[in-house]
Parts: sequence; C-alpha cells; structure tokens
Amino acid sequence: MIPLAIVVGGLYAAALYLIGRRSIVKLVIGLALLGHASNLLIFSAGGVTRGRPPLIRPGDEALIAPYADPLPQALILTAIVISFGVLAFALVLVHRAYTAVGSDDVDAIRTTDA
Amino acid sequence: MATWLLSTFVLAALAPWLHRLLRAATPWVLATYAAAMAVHLATWAPQVADGATPRVAWTWAAALGIEFSLRLDGWGLLMAIVISGVGATILLYGGGYLAGDRRLGSFYMFLLLFMGSMLGVALADNLLLMFVFWELTSLSSYLLIGFDHERPAARAAALQALLVTGLGGLALLAAVVLMGVAGGSYEFSSLLSRGDAIRGHASYPAIIVLVLLGAFTKSAQFPFHFWLPNAMQAPTPVSAYLHSATMVKAGVFLLARLTPILGGTAAWQVPLMLAGGATMLLGAVMALGSDTLKRILAYSTVSVLGTLTMLIGVGTPAALHAAVVMLLAHALYKGALFMIAGAVSHATHEYEPERLGGLARIMPWTATSAGLAALSMCGLPPAFGFIAKEAFYESTLGASGWSTWLTSAAVLGNVLLFAVALRVGVMPFTARATQATTDAHEVSLTLWLGPALLAAIGILIGLSPAVCDARLVVPAGAAIGAGETPPRLALWHGVGPALYLSGLTVAVGCAAFAMRRAARLAGIALRKPAAWGPESWYHGCVAGMNAVATWQTRVLQNGYLRVYLWTTLVTAVGLVGYALLRGADLTDLPLSWDLHAGETVVCALILLATAAAVRARARLAAIALLGAVGYGVALIFVFFGAPDLAMTQFLIETLLVILFVLVFYHLPPFVIYSELAARTRDAIVATAFGGMMALLVMAIGGGHDGPRVSDYFAERSLGDAHGRNVVNVILVDFRAIDTLGEITVLAAAAAGVYALLRLRGGRARLPRIAVEPRTTIGSAKRERAETAGT
Repeated sequence: MIPLAIVVGGLYAAALYLIGRRSIVKLVIGLALLGHASNLLIFSAGGVTRGRPPLIRPGDEALIAPYADPLPQALILTAIVISFGVLAFALVLVHRAYTAVGSDDVDAIRTTDA
Repeated sequence: MATWLLSTFVLAALAPWLHRLLRAATPWVLATYAAAMAVHLATWAPQVADGATPRVAWTWAAALGIEFSLRLDGWGLLMAIVISGVGATILLYGGGYLAGDRRLGSFYMFLLLFMGSMLGVALADNLLLMFVFWELTSLSSYLLIGFDHERPAARAAALQALLVTGLGGLALLAAVVLMGVAGGSYEFSSLLSRGDAIRGHASYPAIIVLVLLGAFTKSAQFPFHFWLPNAMQAPTPVSAYLHSATMVKAGVFLLARLTPILGGTAAWQVPLMLAGGATMLLGAVMALGSDTLKRILAYSTVSVLGTLTMLIGVGTPAALHAAVVMLLAHALYKGALFMIAGAVSHATHEYEPERLGGLARIMPWTATSAGLAALSMCGLPPAFGFIAKEAFYESTLGASGWSTWLTSAAVLGNVLLFAVALRVGVMPFTARATQATTDAHEVSLTLWLGPALLAAIGILIGLSPAVCDARLVVPAGAAIGAGETPPRLALWHGVGPALYLSGLTVAVGCAAFAMRRAARLAGIALRKPAAWGPESWYHGCVAGMNAVATWQTRVLQNGYLRVYLWTTLVTAVGLVGYALLRGADLTDLPLSWDLHAGETVVCALILLATAAAVRARARLAAIALLGAVGYGVALIFVFFGAPDLAMTQFLIETLLVILFVLVFYHLPPFVIYSELAARTRDAIVATAFGGMMALLVMAIGGGHDGPRVSDYFAERSLGDAHGRNVVNVILVDFRAIDTLGEITVLAAAAAGVYALLRLRGGRARLPRIAVEPRTTIGSAKRERAETAGT
C-alpha cells in the first residue's frame, strides 16, 4: 500500500538523517526511528491484511484465510524488544560518554581512553 | 628423498634447541647432516643416469586432484646435490662467521628452512607443490636477508627481495594454473609428454609471460636484477648460499625444467636470449664498477645468471648441456668466493678490494682457496670453470641463429668477469700490503674449510670431468631436453675456435684488469642513468602503493561514523535503485491507495511527528514526538491485524519515553554542530534512501504467490502446539530457541546498563580528556540552540 510505503520511506529518511548528526543525542533518536522503520518494512513487505489477526477462533482447528501473516509479526515482536534493549544500552552509554568526555559531539570523542 | 626433505624441516624447527645443547659443535653436526644428504643423493646418480626417475606421492587435496608428489630426475638431482653440498659448507661457515652471536640458533633455523624449501623446489613433481616451496624460499630468504633486523637497510633490502620475488611468485601461480588447465595435469612428469598440447593452447603466450615474470624476478634478470646486489645486506653466509648456489638459481632451474614443455618456440627462446644477454653484460659492467667485495660478487652473479638464461634460450642440446656445466661450476666457485670475501672482511674489517693487499702471506689457507676459485671464475685450466667456458663458447658458436652476436656477447661478458675475478680473488692477496691488512690474521678452520673444499672440488672436477659428466651433467641435461648427448667434457678439447676465444678472453681480460680504474669510472658513470632505472621504478611503485593506501584510508576509513554511513547509503541507493529501475516495471506496481480514514490520519500523523522530531530544538519535544511516532506505529499494527505487536509496541514505547526523559535530563540541550551545506547534503542522501525504501516496499507490493512458511504455522499451531494465538506459538514453541536468544540479548543489555550506571562518579574518577575547541559556527549555533531549547 502506498501510504505505508511512504511512512516507511519517511521514517528511514528521518532516522538516517539523525544518525548522521554529530550530536550523539540525536543519533540515539535516529536509532529509535530506524527501529520503527525496519519493523514497518518487514510488516508491510509481506502484504497486509486488515482486521484479521492470526488467532484461531474457538471451534476452528486452524487459521482460516484470509488472515494477517503471523510470521513477520513474530519477527517484529522480537525486533521491538531487542531494539528496546539496544536503545536502553545506547542511552546509558551516551550518558556515560557525556559524563566522561563532557561533550555530546561525536567528533570530540576521539579516544577510547576517557 | 622425502625423508631428507621432511627431516630438513624438522631439523630447522629443532635447530635453536640443538644449538643450545651442542654450542660450538652445532655447525659440525649440521654440516655433517647436509653432507650426508649430498652423498646419499649422489648414490642415486647411477640409477638416475640409467634413466630411472623414482617418484613418491601422497594424496594431498584429492578433490582437486593434487598430490604431494616428489620425483628425482637428473636435473633435480644435480640441483639437490648442489643445495645440500654447498649447504653443508655454508652451515659450517655460518657457525664460525656468527660465532658468539646470540641469534645463531635462529640463523640455523632460517638457513635449514631455506634449504628444505629449495630441496622442495628441486624435487617437487607437482607444480602446485613446487609453487608452495618456491614461496617458502621467498619467505625464508626474507628472514635471512633481514637477519640483522635492527638495521633499517637490511630490513629494506629484505622487503625489496620479498616484494620483487613475491610479485613473480604470484605470476608463477597464475602460470601454473594455466599450465595445469592447458595440459590437463599438475605433474611435471605428465606434462612432459603434453608439451604440444600446451604449446598449441590459446593461453600459451600468457603462460610464457607469467613464467618469465616468475623466473626473471627470482633469478634477478634485467629489469628485476636490482634486488640481488641490495640483498648483500644479508650476513655473508646467507649471501654465499642464497646468491650463489640456490635461491637465484631457482628461476633458472625452473626455466630449464619447463624448457621441454614450453620451449622450442621463438616466443620462448627470443625473450630468454635477449633478457639473458642483457643481464649478462649489464651485470658484468656493474660488477666492475662496484666498490665492495660482496657487491662486486653480487653483480657478477647477476651476470652469470644472465648467461644461464641465455643458454637456456639458445636451447640447443649443446647450450643446455653448457648451462648445466656452468650452473655447477658457478655454484662451486661463487660460493667459495663469497665465503672468502666474508672471511677477508672478518679478518681485516675492510670491504673494498682496492684497500686490501698482501693477504697471501697472512692468510695462506684463505688465499689458496681464493686462488683456486678465481682460477675457475677466470675460466683458466685446469679449473672446472675453464671447461664451463669452453662449453659456453662452443654452444654459442653452434647456435643456429644469431651465432655471431651471442658469441660476441659471451666473449665480452667473460672478459669482464675475468677482470672481476682478478680483482676480488687475486688482488687482495697479492697486491702490496695496506694499512688495513697489516694487523690481519688467518681466520679459524670453520671459516676457511668450506670455501677451500668448494674450490678444491672445482679443480678436481676440472682435472677429471668424465665421471661428473656421465653421472650428473648428462642426465641433468637429458631431463631438460638436451637429449641423450654423449659425455663430452674434457679438459683438453684440442685446438679449435673455442680455445682461440679463451685465449682472446684471457688477453683482453688482463688488459681490462690493467685498465680497471678506467673500467671502474665507466661503471660509476653508469650509476647516474641507473638512478632512473628499474630500481627507481620499484621505489616509485612502493611509494605509489603507500600513497594510495594512505589516501583510501583517509577517505574510507577515517573514523567518522557518518562518512561510513553515507558511503554505504549512497552505494546502496545506487545499486538497489539500479536493480529496481531495471528489474521492476514501475508503471505496473501493485499499488493501492485503498485506505480507511483512520489509517490515513495515523499515517499522516506519523509522518508529521517524524518530521517534527527531526526539526525539534527542545529535547523534551523530541522525546514526545518520538513517543507519538511509536504510538502511531502501534496503531497501524492494530489496524492490520497484529494485536500482539500493538500491545508490545505501546508498552515498550511508554517505557522508552520514560527512559529517554530520565537520561536526557542529564544530557546537554541539542546543539547543531554541522554546517548548512553538510546538513543539506545529508538530507538529500537520507531522502534518496527513504525514497528508495518506499519504492522497494511498493515494488514488493505484498503480492507473492506460492507456499508460505506461515501456512505451516497456521495449520499446525493448534494441533501440534495447542495454542490459538499463532504469533505467540511461533515465539514460544516453533521458534523457542530464537526467543531464548532474544532473552539472552536483553539480559546482556540489562547487565550492560547496570554496569554502566554503577560506574559512578565518572567526572571525579575518570580524567577528563581534552575536548577540541568548538568551531565558531558551532558555538554560535549552540547559543541559539540553548535559547531555543530552554
């Protein structure tokens, strides 16, 4: 669907622009947006089905078509949680780096010896 | 022969330990080992002379049809005897030369490693195996030439030798593979009968070019000759071994070995004759123009290597036979002369022949050996060198074409070498004593025994060449395509053109020696054009390579994340965009604007929130907008049948916003560091990538037919796993191990977060590193940003 595609594109563009900033704080925000972009990419790439969650209704033995594809959903569920872990770590790391270096400019962090 | 080959490598590994155990007896033990090998190999000679070619083979890479195969033919046998025999004298000499040096143990190791590699080159039947040993000689010679690794000059010379011969090695590998493809086998013994197939193959010219590149670099042929004299930075025992008898002969050895397979055509013979002749003359002139003993000998070696190449190029049975004789004679006298030069320098601390004199009385043993070796190098009877020179003249006189030119070049080269021989082998001992030589002394037994033996053998073979000819030289010639020539070597050939030419050589050679000052000046004058010669090309190439490496590191590996990012993105946009535009019909995309009102609003809101988050100046606003984007995405999950995702997304997004607020509270306000141009550039690249991704999603379009993995899960979820929520079943049942991995990742992240937070008092405990002064643009922007942000 075109609107979803546009949202994916917009998220990617914004995420990468922010990751390219020298301010490390913006980099983290970009990282968060990148997670959304990738999740939506996986979600929409397989095709979307409206209002038919992959739940087997009581009485049925299996899913009855049409149903939303459960596999990308399982992948994305994992991805959401993992990206939360990565972001949490990145945030704390940025905080540490700022405390140690005294700047949030990526170019000012030139050495690993802080 | 396999036992000798492998035991040499084992001995190399044990050498340092052996040296610690035996101390001063080590050289004698090692020399005995090498001499025993030479003698044992020599006992094979009658068998080989009768035409036997013993071969042993083990499976190596069966899938590729490559065997670890060794084969002993006349040519390999001669080479192996030279390697082990000269090696024995070198091991003895090296032990004396470097006596007391704490690196003597590793010296033995490197030398034996090199000896084993050379034996491998001589004995290997499989071309690829031969190549492996060939490269091992390059590597071990690197270690040997750079033995005094604390001197920059030695390191540079070692690197030069390695790079030049390594380049040739690469070419040789390509040649080997091409030959294997063209001939259908990687065994020398099989290829011998398939010479016609290879000579008729389309890749024959390529094979020749590559083989010549490999052999010429190894054997220091023009224009690759320069590394050999530079390699005189090596300790003298190394020079004596590598640069007289072995390493530099490897190229010639290979050329001769391949002559029956590749030879017999103008494409093979002409380049060999031209390069060989040029190298012969150039080396001889440069030898006369050089100053130090070792450099003079090095250039004279270059000259002889040129002679050998030229003779292989001439390719007649007589020429090939002469090449074998010359190789043997040269190994004997040049090995001796190198060692003598080292002994003289050892005793007098003087390196230039013009500053030496009167050593005959002080160093009688060394002087005698020098005289005998010089006799051979001059080509005077009764030395073996005389027979070699006669054979050389006879083969150039008998060459089918270019006979006059070849003979003239041969005479000129020999005249110059005659003068060189007098200069290094005779003058230091007979000229008037100089200041440097007055307090000299005779060297120890280990230092003079080796050269004395080699020189004496040179005379002995000269006195009765028949046995050596029949048992070694003729079979060696037969193996490289000279056919079954009858033994022909004799000290007295009768009066003929060759003898007249010998007489001419001696007469003009004496004159050249008398005029050596003028010759030296000519040689020195040659140094100026030589500065523009091949060696400067080498330096240019090395400098250019370093410059390119520096440049590309600066450009591609500069440590700036965003440069890597933009490079990757632009490449991705280019490649994917190209494939997309070429592969997909963009006018026929399965597009649909089919969207409900709620969905449209959510999509629009996500986009707006994203744009606003990018432009946000205040931290809190950015976090709020990020949260809005996350909730919007969750809503999309709700609309399109993914309630689990939506739930997770809501929860995680909430947590994330809280975390961001907590951490950002401690972080500085947003600052715009980069300039407008950089931001515009980044925006363009990012937008291009976003657009490409959007296009990609549209092109994939959701329409794919055929079986899906999901159908399996949809059918089996209830029956096999007793769960109605298929997504959950996939996570905790079908793909449970993945989920376990995910939990592990989360646990690791949590541990990392905890550890980072526990590192308290960062400012107090950790020294603050210097922060580069902010650029003026940055500071101006920062002020603006701060006012905007608060």
